[in-house]
Amino acid sequence: MSRQSGTPNWRDLAIGMAVTEPGSSKYNRTGDWRSNRPIWTYEKCVKCGVCSVFCPEGCIKMQKDGLPLADMEYCKGCGICVVECWTGCISLQEEKD
Amino acid sequence: MAERKGIEVSIAMAEAASACDVDVISAYPITPQTHVVEHLSEIVADGELDAEFIPVESEHAALSACCGSAAAGARTFTATSSQGLALMHEILFIASGLRLPIVMVVANRALSAPINIWNDHSDVMTNRDCGWVQIFAENGQEAVDLVVQAFKFGEDKRVLLPVMVHFDGFVLSHMVEPIEMLSREEVKKFLPDYEPQQRLDIDNPITMGPVGVPEVYTEAKMAGESVLRNSYGPIVECLNDFGKQFGRTYKPVESYRADDAEVLLISMGGVSETAMSWVDEQREKGEKVGLVRFRLWRPLPIDDFIGAVKHAKALVVIDRHFSPGGPGGPVAQEIKHIMYNQDRRIPIVETVAGLGGRDITFADFNNMYAKGKAVAAGQTPPPFELIQVRGGHYGKI
Repeated sequence: MSRQSGTPNWRDLAIGMAVTEPGSSKYNRTGDWRSNRPIWTYEKCVKCGVCSVFCPEGCIKMQKDGLPLADMEYCKGCGICVVECWTGCISLQEEKD
Repeated sequence: MAERKGIEVSIAMAEAASACDVDVISAYPITPQTHVVEHLSEIVADGELDAEFIPVESEHAALSACCGSAAAGARTFTATSSQGLALMHEILFIASGLRLPIVMVVANRALSAPINIWNDHSDVMTNRDCGWVQIFAENGQEAVDLVVQAFKFGEDKRVLLPVMVHFDGFVLSHMVEPIEMLSREEVKKFLPDYEPQQRLDIDNPITMGPVGVPEVYTEAKMAGESVLRNSYGPIVECLNDFGKQFGRTYKPVESYRADDAEVLLISMGGVSETAMSWVDEQREKGEKVGLVRFRLWRPLPIDDFIGAVKHAKALVVIDRHFSPGGPGGPVAQEIKHIMYNQDRRIPIVETVAGLGGRDITFADFNNMYAKGKAVAAGQTPPPFELIQVRGGHYGKI
Protein backbone atom coordinates (compact mmCIF):
# COMPACT_ATOMS: atom_id res chain seq x y z
CA MET A 1 0.00 0.00 0.00
CA SER A 2 1.36 3.38 -0.87
CA ARG A 3 0.12 6.79 -1.82
CA GLN A 4 0.88 5.91 -5.44
CA SER A 5 -1.95 3.40 -5.47
CA GLY A 6 -4.45 6.08 -4.47
CA THR A 7 -7.39 4.81 -2.41
CA PRO A 8 -7.18 1.02 -2.69
CA ASN A 9 -10.13 -1.30 -2.15
CA TRP A 10 -9.77 -3.84 0.65
CA ARG A 11 -8.79 -6.68 -1.66
CA ASP A 12 -5.70 -4.76 -2.79
CA LEU A 13 -4.27 -4.27 0.70
CA ALA A 14 -1.14 -6.25 1.62
CA ILE A 15 -1.46 -8.79 4.46
CA GLY A 16 -2.25 -6.89 7.65
CA MET A 17 -2.06 -3.63 5.64
CA ALA A 18 1.74 -3.83 5.64
CA VAL A 19 3.63 -1.23 3.64
CA THR A 20 5.74 -3.32 1.29
CA GLU A 21 7.61 -0.53 -0.48
CA PRO A 22 10.56 0.79 1.56
CA GLY A 23 10.84 4.57 1.75
CA SER A 24 7.29 5.12 0.56
CA SER A 25 6.57 7.55 3.40
CA LYS A 26 8.06 10.21 1.14
CA TYR A 27 4.84 10.05 -0.89
CA ASN A 28 3.08 11.60 2.09
CA ARG A 29 3.85 15.29 1.55
CA THR A 30 3.31 16.61 5.03
CA GLY A 31 3.94 20.25 4.09
CA ASP A 32 0.21 20.83 3.78
CA TRP A 33 -0.15 20.31 7.56
CA ARG A 34 1.72 23.60 8.06
CA SER A 35 0.04 26.68 9.47
CA ASN A 36 3.30 28.58 10.15
CA ARG A 37 6.29 28.90 7.84
CA PRO A 38 9.92 29.33 9.02
CA ILE A 39 11.69 32.27 7.39
CA TRP A 40 15.52 32.50 7.48
CA THR A 41 17.39 35.80 7.68
CA TYR A 42 20.59 34.50 6.09
CA GLU A 43 22.52 37.70 7.02
CA LYS A 44 22.45 36.60 10.69
CA CYS A 45 23.06 32.87 9.95
CA VAL A 46 26.46 31.48 11.05
CA LYS A 47 25.94 28.17 9.14
CA CYS A 48 26.19 26.11 12.36
CA GLY A 49 23.57 23.54 11.24
CA VAL A 50 21.67 23.39 14.57
CA CYS A 51 18.33 23.87 12.75
CA SER A 52 19.11 20.95 10.45
CA VAL A 53 20.07 18.67 13.36
CA PHE A 54 16.98 19.46 15.42
CA CYS A 55 14.41 19.37 12.60
CA PRO A 56 12.22 16.32 13.53
CA GLU A 57 11.15 15.98 9.90
CA GLY A 58 14.74 15.95 8.61
CA CYS A 59 13.72 18.38 5.93
CA ILE A 60 16.39 21.07 6.48
CA LYS A 61 19.44 20.45 4.29
CA MET A 62 22.72 22.33 4.53
CA GLN A 63 23.53 23.56 1.02
CA LYS A 64 26.93 23.74 -0.67
CA ASP A 65 27.36 27.37 0.41
CA GLY A 66 26.75 26.29 4.04
CA LEU A 67 23.32 27.89 4.37
CA PRO A 68 20.32 25.83 5.48
CA LEU A 69 17.27 25.31 3.25
CA ALA A 70 13.99 23.70 4.35
CA ASP A 71 12.04 21.51 1.91
CA MET A 72 8.60 23.08 2.19
CA GLU A 73 6.93 19.95 0.72
CA TYR A 74 7.65 18.27 4.08
CA CYS A 75 8.13 21.11 6.64
CA LYS A 76 5.18 20.93 9.09
CA GLY A 77 5.93 24.35 10.54
CA CYS A 78 6.52 23.01 14.04
CA GLY A 79 8.91 25.86 14.90
CA ILE A 80 11.55 23.75 16.64
CA CYS A 81 14.22 25.26 14.37
CA VAL A 82 13.10 28.73 15.48
CA VAL A 83 13.51 27.83 19.14
CA GLU A 84 16.84 26.04 18.69
CA CYS A 85 18.54 28.67 16.47
CA TRP A 86 20.80 30.54 18.88
CA THR A 87 21.45 33.43 16.51
CA GLY A 88 17.74 34.17 16.21
CA CYS A 89 17.87 34.17 12.43
CA ILE A 90 14.66 32.10 11.92
CA SER A 91 11.17 33.46 12.49
CA LEU A 92 7.70 31.96 12.01
CA GLN A 93 5.28 33.57 9.65
CA GLU A 94 1.63 32.59 9.44
CA GLU A 95 0.64 30.85 6.20
CA LYS A 96 -1.96 33.02 4.53
CA ASP A 97 -3.62 30.47 2.21
CA MET B 1 -2.90 -45.62 18.48
CA ALA B 2 -0.72 -44.04 21.10
CA GLU B 3 -1.04 -44.95 24.75
CA ARG B 4 -3.16 -42.80 27.01
CA LYS B 5 -1.53 -41.49 30.10
CA GLY B 6 -2.87 -39.83 33.24
CA ILE B 7 -1.65 -36.25 33.12
CA GLU B 8 -2.75 -32.82 34.30
CA VAL B 9 -4.40 -31.01 31.39
CA SER B 10 -2.21 -27.89 31.73
CA ILE B 11 0.95 -30.00 31.63
CA ALA B 12 -0.39 -31.89 28.62
CA MET B 13 -1.05 -28.61 26.81
CA ALA B 14 2.51 -27.46 27.47
CA GLU B 15 3.73 -30.79 26.05
CA ALA B 16 1.49 -30.26 23.02
CA ALA B 17 2.98 -26.81 22.38
CA SER B 18 6.43 -28.35 22.75
CA ALA B 19 5.52 -31.11 20.27
CA CYS B 20 4.66 -28.31 17.81
CA ASP B 21 8.31 -27.25 18.04
CA VAL B 22 7.49 -23.63 18.88
CA ASP B 23 10.28 -21.08 18.46
CA VAL B 24 9.24 -18.47 21.00
CA ILE B 25 7.17 -18.57 24.17
CA SER B 26 6.50 -15.26 25.85
CA ALA B 27 4.23 -15.49 28.84
CA TYR B 28 3.40 -14.35 32.34
CA PRO B 29 2.02 -16.74 34.93
CA ILE B 30 -1.56 -16.29 36.15
CA THR B 31 -3.87 -18.70 37.92
CA PRO B 32 -5.25 -21.04 36.61
CA GLN B 33 -3.03 -20.98 33.52
CA THR B 34 0.31 -20.97 35.41
CA HIS B 35 1.13 -24.65 35.01
CA VAL B 36 1.09 -24.36 31.22
CA VAL B 37 3.90 -21.79 31.00
CA GLU B 38 5.66 -23.08 34.10
CA HIS B 39 6.04 -26.48 32.47
CA LEU B 40 7.08 -24.94 29.16
CA SER B 41 9.83 -23.00 30.92
CA GLU B 42 11.03 -26.30 32.40
CA ILE B 43 10.96 -27.98 28.99
CA VAL B 44 13.05 -25.15 27.50
CA ALA B 45 15.43 -24.99 30.49
CA ASP B 46 15.97 -28.76 30.28
CA GLY B 47 16.97 -28.42 26.64
CA GLU B 48 14.11 -30.60 25.40
CA LEU B 49 12.81 -27.77 23.22
CA ASP B 50 15.01 -25.39 21.26
CA ALA B 51 13.03 -22.20 21.89
CA GLU B 52 13.31 -18.76 23.42
CA PHE B 53 11.32 -18.49 26.65
CA ILE B 54 10.80 -14.80 27.40
CA PRO B 55 9.80 -14.21 31.04
CA VAL B 56 8.16 -10.79 30.72
CA GLU B 57 6.85 -8.37 33.35
CA SER B 58 3.17 -8.43 32.41
CA GLU B 59 0.65 -9.92 30.01
CA HIS B 60 0.69 -6.70 28.03
CA ALA B 61 4.40 -7.26 27.47
CA ALA B 62 3.88 -10.99 26.89
CA LEU B 63 1.60 -10.50 23.92
CA SER B 64 3.64 -7.55 22.66
CA ALA B 65 6.74 -9.76 22.55
CA CYS B 66 4.67 -12.46 20.83
CA CYS B 67 3.68 -9.95 18.15
CA GLY B 68 7.33 -9.10 17.59
CA SER B 69 8.41 -12.71 17.36
CA ALA B 70 5.54 -13.69 15.06
CA ALA B 71 6.30 -10.66 12.87
CA ALA B 72 9.87 -11.92 12.60
CA GLY B 73 8.49 -15.23 11.34
CA ALA B 74 8.79 -17.39 14.47
CA ARG B 75 6.22 -19.94 15.60
CA THR B 76 4.93 -18.27 18.74
CA PHE B 77 2.98 -19.51 21.75
CA THR B 78 1.58 -17.93 24.88
CA ALA B 79 -1.03 -18.59 27.53
CA THR B 80 -3.08 -16.51 29.91
CA SER B 81 -6.32 -16.17 31.82
CA SER B 82 -8.84 -13.62 33.10
CA GLN B 83 -7.08 -10.42 34.27
CA GLY B 84 -4.12 -11.36 32.10
CA LEU B 85 -6.30 -11.54 29.00
CA ALA B 86 -7.87 -8.24 30.02
CA LEU B 87 -4.42 -6.67 30.29
CA MET B 88 -3.62 -7.99 26.80
CA HIS B 89 -6.76 -6.37 25.43
CA GLU B 90 -5.23 -3.66 23.23
CA ILE B 91 -2.53 -5.98 21.86
CA LEU B 92 -5.12 -8.64 20.93
CA PHE B 93 -6.45 -6.36 18.21
CA ILE B 94 -2.93 -5.62 16.96
CA ALA B 95 -2.04 -9.33 16.65
CA SER B 96 -5.09 -9.98 14.48
CA GLY B 97 -4.88 -6.68 12.59
CA LEU B 98 -1.28 -7.45 11.62
CA ARG B 99 -2.22 -11.07 10.79
CA LEU B 100 0.23 -12.70 13.19
CA PRO B 101 -0.59 -16.40 13.70
CA ILE B 102 0.17 -16.64 17.41
CA VAL B 103 -1.43 -19.48 19.36
CA MET B 104 -2.64 -18.64 22.85
CA VAL B 105 -4.35 -20.96 25.28
CA VAL B 106 -6.73 -19.26 27.68
CA ALA B 107 -7.70 -20.98 30.93
CA ASN B 108 -11.09 -19.31 31.24
CA ARG B 109 -11.61 -17.55 34.54
CA ALA B 110 -13.93 -14.87 35.95
CA LEU B 111 -12.99 -11.19 35.98
CA SER B 112 -12.58 -9.13 39.15
CA ALA B 113 -14.26 -7.54 41.14
CA PRO B 114 -14.88 -9.36 43.34
CA ILE B 115 -11.56 -11.09 42.77
CA ASN B 116 -12.25 -14.67 41.77
CA ILE B 117 -9.89 -17.24 40.32
CA TRP B 118 -12.53 -19.75 39.25
CA ASN B 119 -14.09 -20.59 35.93
CA ASP B 120 -16.55 -18.73 33.79
CA HIS B 121 -16.38 -17.13 30.33
CA SER B 122 -16.26 -13.43 31.21
CA ASP B 123 -12.63 -13.17 30.07
CA VAL B 124 -13.42 -14.63 26.64
CA MET B 125 -16.64 -12.83 26.02
CA THR B 126 -15.36 -9.38 26.88
CA ASN B 127 -12.67 -9.96 24.23
CA ARG B 128 -15.09 -11.39 21.71
CA ASP B 129 -14.47 -8.82 18.98
CA CYS B 130 -10.67 -8.90 18.88
CA GLY B 131 -10.50 -10.61 15.46
CA TRP B 132 -8.87 -13.87 16.61
CA VAL B 133 -10.04 -17.36 15.73
CA GLN B 134 -11.57 -18.69 18.96
CA ILE B 135 -12.18 -22.36 19.65
CA PHE B 136 -13.30 -24.20 22.79
CA ALA B 137 -12.12 -27.47 24.30
CA GLU B 138 -14.47 -29.53 26.45
CA ASN B 139 -11.96 -31.98 27.94
CA GLY B 140 -8.22 -32.51 28.23
CA GLN B 141 -7.81 -34.55 25.07
CA GLU B 142 -9.56 -31.89 23.03
CA ALA B 143 -7.45 -29.15 24.61
CA VAL B 144 -4.26 -30.96 23.58
CA ASP B 145 -5.53 -31.75 20.09
CA LEU B 146 -6.77 -28.20 19.49
CA VAL B 147 -3.37 -26.66 20.33
CA VAL B 148 -1.79 -28.66 17.50
CA GLN B 149 -4.62 -27.88 15.09
CA ALA B 150 -4.57 -24.18 16.03
CA PHE B 151 -1.01 -23.85 14.72
CA LYS B 152 -1.94 -25.59 11.49
CA PHE B 153 -5.02 -23.55 10.57
CA GLY B 154 -3.68 -20.31 12.08
CA GLU B 155 -0.51 -20.52 9.97
CA ASP B 156 -2.41 -21.61 6.83
CA LYS B 157 -1.58 -18.95 4.25
CA ARG B 158 -5.30 -18.50 3.57
CA VAL B 159 -5.78 -17.65 7.27
CA LEU B 160 -2.69 -16.17 8.98
CA LEU B 161 -4.60 -15.23 12.10
CA PRO B 162 -3.93 -15.60 15.82
CA VAL B 163 -5.90 -18.35 17.55
CA MET B 164 -7.23 -18.64 21.09
CA VAL B 165 -7.77 -22.15 22.40
CA HIS B 166 -10.16 -21.85 25.33
CA PHE B 167 -10.31 -24.40 28.12
CA ASP B 168 -12.06 -23.97 31.44
CA GLY B 169 -9.93 -22.88 34.38
CA PHE B 170 -9.51 -25.49 37.15
CA VAL B 171 -12.33 -27.78 35.95
CA LEU B 172 -10.07 -28.59 33.00
CA SER B 173 -6.73 -26.92 33.65
CA HIS B 174 -6.08 -28.68 36.97
CA MET B 175 -7.71 -32.03 36.22
CA VAL B 176 -5.66 -35.17 35.74
CA GLU B 177 -7.22 -36.90 32.76
CA PRO B 178 -6.31 -39.88 30.59
CA ILE B 179 -4.86 -38.24 27.49
CA GLU B 180 -3.39 -39.68 24.33
CA MET B 181 -0.26 -37.58 23.97
CA LEU B 182 1.00 -36.53 20.55
CA SER B 183 4.67 -37.17 19.85
CA ARG B 184 6.82 -34.64 18.06
CA GLU B 185 7.22 -37.08 15.14
CA GLU B 186 3.46 -37.52 14.73
CA VAL B 187 2.88 -33.80 15.00
CA LYS B 188 5.59 -33.13 12.42
CA LYS B 189 3.70 -35.27 9.92
CA PHE B 190 0.56 -33.24 10.54
CA LEU B 191 1.94 -29.75 11.05
CA PRO B 192 4.31 -28.43 8.36
CA ASP B 193 7.03 -25.89 9.15
CA TYR B 194 5.68 -22.37 9.40
CA GLU B 195 6.23 -20.44 6.20
CA PRO B 196 5.50 -16.78 6.84
CA GLN B 197 4.05 -14.95 3.85
CA GLN B 198 5.74 -11.76 4.95
CA ARG B 199 8.04 -10.97 7.86
CA LEU B 200 10.35 -8.38 9.30
CA ASP B 201 13.56 -8.90 7.37
CA ILE B 202 16.33 -6.30 7.04
CA ASP B 203 17.10 -7.47 3.51
CA ASN B 204 13.48 -7.00 2.40
CA PRO B 205 12.20 -4.18 4.57
CA ILE B 206 8.47 -3.69 5.06
CA THR B 207 6.44 -1.67 7.56
CA MET B 208 3.94 -3.56 9.70
CA GLY B 209 1.33 -1.50 11.50
CA PRO B 210 1.34 1.81 9.64
CA VAL B 211 -1.31 4.39 10.43
CA GLY B 212 -4.68 3.61 8.88
CA VAL B 213 -6.15 6.98 8.02
CA PRO B 214 -9.94 7.39 7.67
CA GLU B 215 -9.58 6.81 3.91
CA VAL B 216 -8.25 3.25 4.45
CA TYR B 217 -9.27 2.09 7.96
CA THR B 218 -12.65 0.74 6.78
CA GLU B 219 -10.94 -1.25 4.01
CA ALA B 220 -8.42 -2.66 6.51
CA LYS B 221 -11.27 -3.77 8.80
CA MET B 222 -13.10 -5.35 5.84
CA ALA B 223 -9.95 -7.25 4.88
CA GLY B 224 -9.75 -8.61 8.46
CA GLU B 225 -13.44 -9.49 8.49
CA SER B 226 -13.12 -11.30 5.17
CA VAL B 227 -10.15 -13.38 6.22
CA LEU B 228 -11.64 -14.33 9.60
CA ARG B 229 -15.02 -15.26 8.10
CA ASN B 230 -13.37 -17.22 5.28
CA SER B 231 -11.04 -19.00 7.70
CA TYR B 232 -13.99 -21.36 8.28
CA GLY B 233 -13.06 -23.47 5.23
CA PRO B 234 -9.38 -23.99 6.06
CA ILE B 235 -10.28 -24.63 9.72
CA VAL B 236 -12.75 -27.40 8.80
CA GLU B 237 -10.20 -28.86 6.36
CA CYS B 238 -7.65 -28.93 9.17
CA LEU B 239 -10.08 -30.52 11.66
CA ASN B 240 -10.84 -33.22 9.08
CA ASP B 241 -7.15 -33.82 8.30
CA PHE B 242 -6.50 -34.24 12.00
CA GLY B 243 -9.33 -36.74 12.19
CA LYS B 244 -7.82 -38.77 9.36
CA GLN B 245 -4.40 -38.93 11.02
CA PHE B 246 -5.34 -39.23 14.68
CA GLY B 247 -8.87 -40.67 14.61
CA ARG B 248 -10.51 -37.80 16.49
CA THR B 249 -12.55 -35.46 14.31
CA TYR B 250 -13.86 -32.19 15.67
CA LYS B 251 -16.65 -30.07 14.23
CA PRO B 252 -17.38 -26.34 14.39
CA VAL B 253 -20.73 -27.17 16.01
CA GLU B 254 -21.06 -30.38 17.99
CA SER B 255 -24.35 -32.17 18.60
CA TYR B 256 -25.26 -34.82 21.16
CA ARG B 257 -28.48 -36.83 20.86
CA ALA B 258 -29.94 -33.81 19.11
CA ASP B 259 -31.57 -35.28 16.00
CA ASP B 260 -35.08 -35.87 17.36
CA ALA B 261 -34.80 -33.55 20.38
CA GLU B 262 -37.63 -31.12 21.03
CA VAL B 263 -35.62 -29.13 23.57
CA LEU B 264 -31.93 -28.48 23.00
CA LEU B 265 -29.47 -27.21 25.55
CA ILE B 266 -26.82 -24.92 24.04
CA SER B 267 -23.48 -24.81 25.82
CA MET B 268 -19.78 -24.11 25.35
CA GLY B 269 -16.71 -25.54 27.05
CA GLY B 270 -16.38 -28.05 29.86
CA VAL B 271 -19.97 -27.84 31.13
CA SER B 272 -20.95 -29.70 27.95
CA GLU B 273 -19.52 -32.91 29.40
CA THR B 274 -21.78 -32.68 32.45
CA ALA B 275 -24.68 -31.77 30.20
CA MET B 276 -24.11 -34.89 28.07
CA SER B 277 -24.33 -37.10 31.14
CA TRP B 278 -27.55 -35.33 32.12
CA VAL B 279 -28.96 -35.78 28.61
CA ASP B 280 -28.23 -39.52 28.85
CA GLU B 281 -30.16 -39.68 32.12
CA GLN B 282 -33.11 -37.83 30.62
CA ARG B 283 -33.09 -39.96 27.47
CA GLU B 284 -33.38 -43.07 29.63
CA LYS B 285 -36.55 -41.53 31.03
CA GLY B 286 -37.81 -40.98 27.48
CA GLU B 287 -37.35 -37.21 27.40
CA LYS B 288 -36.66 -35.76 23.96
CA VAL B 289 -33.76 -33.55 24.91
CA GLY B 290 -30.32 -33.08 23.37
CA LEU B 291 -27.28 -30.85 23.43
CA VAL B 292 -25.66 -28.59 20.82
CA ARG B 293 -22.38 -26.72 21.44
CA PHE B 294 -20.36 -24.13 19.65
CA ARG B 295 -16.83 -25.51 19.45
CA LEU B 296 -15.80 -22.75 17.04
CA TRP B 297 -16.85 -19.36 18.39
CA ARG B 298 -15.04 -17.15 15.86
CA PRO B 299 -15.69 -17.34 13.01
CA LEU B 300 -19.25 -18.04 14.18
CA PRO B 301 -20.44 -21.17 12.33
CA ILE B 302 -23.94 -19.85 11.67
CA ASP B 303 -25.03 -22.38 9.02
CA ASP B 304 -23.79 -25.36 11.04
CA PHE B 305 -25.71 -24.05 14.03
CA ILE B 306 -28.94 -23.58 12.10
CA GLY B 307 -28.55 -27.09 10.68
CA ALA B 308 -28.04 -28.52 14.17
CA VAL B 309 -31.05 -26.89 15.82
CA LYS B 310 -33.61 -26.47 13.04
CA HIS B 311 -35.94 -29.24 14.20
CA ALA B 312 -36.05 -28.16 17.84
CA LYS B 313 -39.10 -26.55 19.46
CA ALA B 314 -37.12 -24.62 22.09
CA LEU B 315 -33.49 -23.79 22.84
CA VAL B 316 -32.10 -23.37 26.35
CA VAL B 317 -28.89 -21.36 26.18
CA ILE B 318 -26.40 -21.72 29.03
CA ASP B 319 -24.26 -18.59 29.06
CA ARG B 320 -21.22 -18.31 31.30
CA HIS B 321 -21.16 -14.50 31.24
CA PHE B 322 -23.71 -11.73 30.83
CA SER B 323 -23.79 -8.10 29.83
CA PRO B 324 -24.71 -6.04 32.91
CA GLY B 325 -27.53 -3.67 32.08
CA GLY B 326 -27.72 -5.26 28.64
CA PRO B 327 -29.73 -7.91 26.86
CA GLY B 328 -28.42 -10.98 28.72
CA GLY B 329 -25.72 -13.49 27.85
CA PRO B 330 -23.54 -13.13 24.75
CA VAL B 331 -24.18 -16.58 23.32
CA ALA B 332 -27.94 -16.13 23.63
CA GLN B 333 -27.68 -12.69 22.03
CA GLU B 334 -25.90 -14.13 19.02
CA ILE B 335 -28.33 -17.02 18.68
CA LYS B 336 -31.23 -14.55 18.80
CA HIS B 337 -29.47 -12.61 16.07
CA ILE B 338 -29.23 -15.79 13.98
CA MET B 339 -32.89 -16.66 14.65
CA TYR B 340 -34.30 -13.25 13.77
CA ASN B 341 -34.00 -13.84 10.03
CA GLN B 342 -35.15 -17.47 10.06
CA ASP B 343 -38.56 -18.43 8.69
CA ARG B 344 -39.25 -20.18 11.97
CA ARG B 345 -37.76 -18.42 14.98
CA ILE B 346 -37.13 -21.07 17.60
CA PRO B 347 -38.00 -19.63 21.04
CA ILE B 348 -35.06 -19.27 23.39
CA VAL B 349 -34.76 -19.64 27.15
CA GLU B 350 -31.74 -17.62 28.28
CA THR B 351 -29.87 -18.77 31.35
CA VAL B 352 -26.63 -17.55 32.86
CA ALA B 353 -24.96 -20.18 34.99
CA GLY B 354 -21.69 -21.17 36.57
CA LEU B 355 -20.42 -17.64 37.22
CA GLY B 356 -17.09 -17.45 39.07
CA GLY B 357 -16.82 -21.21 39.41
CA ARG B 358 -20.31 -21.99 40.77
CA ASP B 359 -21.05 -25.63 39.95
CA ILE B 360 -23.72 -26.34 37.35
CA THR B 361 -25.55 -29.40 38.58
CA PHE B 362 -28.11 -31.88 37.25
CA ALA B 363 -30.69 -29.99 39.37
CA ASP B 364 -29.88 -26.85 37.39
CA PHE B 365 -30.29 -28.71 34.11
CA ASN B 366 -33.66 -30.06 35.36
CA ASN B 367 -34.73 -26.50 36.16
CA MET B 368 -33.59 -25.19 32.78
CA TYR B 369 -35.23 -28.08 30.97
CA ALA B 370 -38.56 -27.49 32.72
CA LYS B 371 -38.53 -23.93 31.36
CA GLY B 372 -37.50 -25.16 27.93
CA LYS B 373 -40.37 -27.69 27.88
CA ALA B 374 -42.89 -25.03 28.90
CA VAL B 375 -41.66 -22.77 26.10
CA ALA B 376 -41.70 -25.65 23.61
CA ALA B 377 -45.36 -26.14 24.61
CA GLY B 378 -46.14 -22.55 23.73
CA GLN B 379 -45.36 -20.51 26.84
CA THR B 380 -43.68 -17.12 26.30
CA PRO B 381 -39.93 -17.34 27.05
CA PRO B 382 -38.99 -15.73 30.39
CA PRO B 383 -36.34 -12.95 30.59
CA PHE B 384 -32.79 -14.13 31.12
CA GLU B 385 -32.08 -15.58 34.52
CA LEU B 386 -29.02 -15.96 36.71
CA ILE B 387 -29.32 -19.59 37.72
CA GLN B 388 -29.01 -20.36 41.46
CA VAL B 389 -28.90 -16.68 42.48
CA ARG B 390 -30.06 -16.32 46.09
CA GLY B 391 -32.71 -13.64 46.59
CA GLY B 392 -34.29 -14.25 43.19
CA HIS B 393 -33.68 -12.71 39.85
CA TYR B 394 -35.54 -9.50 39.14
CA GLY B 395 -36.64 -10.84 35.79
CA LYS B 396 -37.79 -14.20 37.14
CA ILE B 397 -41.36 -15.10 36.31
